[in-house]
Amino acid sequence: MLASLIIVFREVLEAGLIVGIVLAATQGVVGRGRWIAFGIIGGIIGSCVVAAFADGISSLFADTGQELFNATVLLIAVAMLAWHNAWMAQHGRELARDMKAVGHAVQSGEKSLAALAVVIGVAVLREGSEVVLFLTGILASEEGGIATVAAGGLGGMALGALVSVLLYVGLVQIPTRHLFATTTWLLTLLAAGMAATAVNFLAQGGVLNVGGAVLWDSSGLLRDNSLIGQALHVLVGYTDRPTEAQLIAYVGVVVGILLLTRWAAGNPPSNRSRVASPAE
Amino acid sequence: MRRVSLLSAACAIALSGAAFLQAAPVRADDVITIVIKDHKFEPAEVKVPANKRVTLLVDNQDATSEEFESGEMKVEKIVGGRKQIKVMVGPLKPGRYPFFGEFHEATAQGAVIAE
Repeated sequence: MLASLIIVFREVLEAGLIVGIVLAATQGVVGRGRWIAFGIIGGIIGSCVVAAFADGISSLFADTGQELFNATVLLIAVAMLAWHNAWMAQHGRELARDMKAVGHAVQSGEKSLAALAVVIGVAVLREGSEVVLFLTGILASEEGGIATVAAGGLGGMALGALVSVLLYVGLVQIPTRHLFATTTWLLTLLAAGMAATAVNFLAQGGVLNVGGAVLWDSSGLLRDNSLIGQALHVLVGYTDRPTEAQLIAYVGVVVGILLLTRWAAGNPPSNRSRVASPAE
Repeated sequence: MRRVSLLSAACAIALSGAAFLQAAPVRADDVITIVIKDHKFEPAEVKVPANKRVTLLVDNQDATSEEFESGEMKVEKIVGGRKQIKVMVGPLKPGRYPFFGEFHEATAQGAVIAE
């Protein structure tokens, strides 16, 4: 039971940290609860579907389906995070000036929320499908039974959710003005870490055959499958043995998002006057 | 008559093409099988040639799924209950590369030895 609790906790933690950051990043945005709930529910449904077709997915593309699937969903999340940050750069000033004014920006804000809902959905999907496979495996074997699955599963989920709530509560202590800057950075590093992980899946699947040399090994200091290492892996993309390709992807995404947000900030939305004008 | 010669020409081209493909070096991936049984790897240690890309065939004979993972080889891949997966690793420098089954980490431990 303890083993299932720990495994479910680790998977829920990965998805939960992302939910915590997204919740903090969308502090005060109207309709965020609905979109985040969409993301979580969609992710849970998706993870059951992925788990059910796991063998089918795995055998696609000369047995590299699992790697390509993982890389694809991660890269979709990276694109959504980049797009959200660009949107925030365009609208952030209004949001910071008057949280209530955000209500007027709901129309365009929903696009950005939808992007973040996709990020959450993808995170829940990836980690959730592992939980489903693991728990159904225990159910299928003689080693546990429904009580083990329920206790381990629910306990792990509760613990994972608790840590995510703590992260969220910690983040929203930051004054609003700095909160946006902080969460924008967190989302950027989150995206960079996801890109580095995606690159690793591409290398594992044999799609990417260059830059495989490991640059350094900090596993003696902090292993990335330790609990702290895993949390840092989600938050800032920490990995104890990064390859050249992973570092290039990481730096490339950070620089790419910075340039994109700078460009977006200099190009205010064309419907700005409509958004900024009093509604009634 | 003309059609026949065209047809035979096409056949000849196709045949020579096939011969060419056959002559081209086939991807020389060595496949090494690792069986999972009772949440243990059999064999627990496998030897692979160093500096060469190899394919591990992970054959899970348990009813439960497992995640084949290794920080040293930078792989993580799920293998369903009573299913098989192929994992490409390397090229590895000579050395010992531990791997484990994330879902049953207490017993599922092994290592690839590149030499």
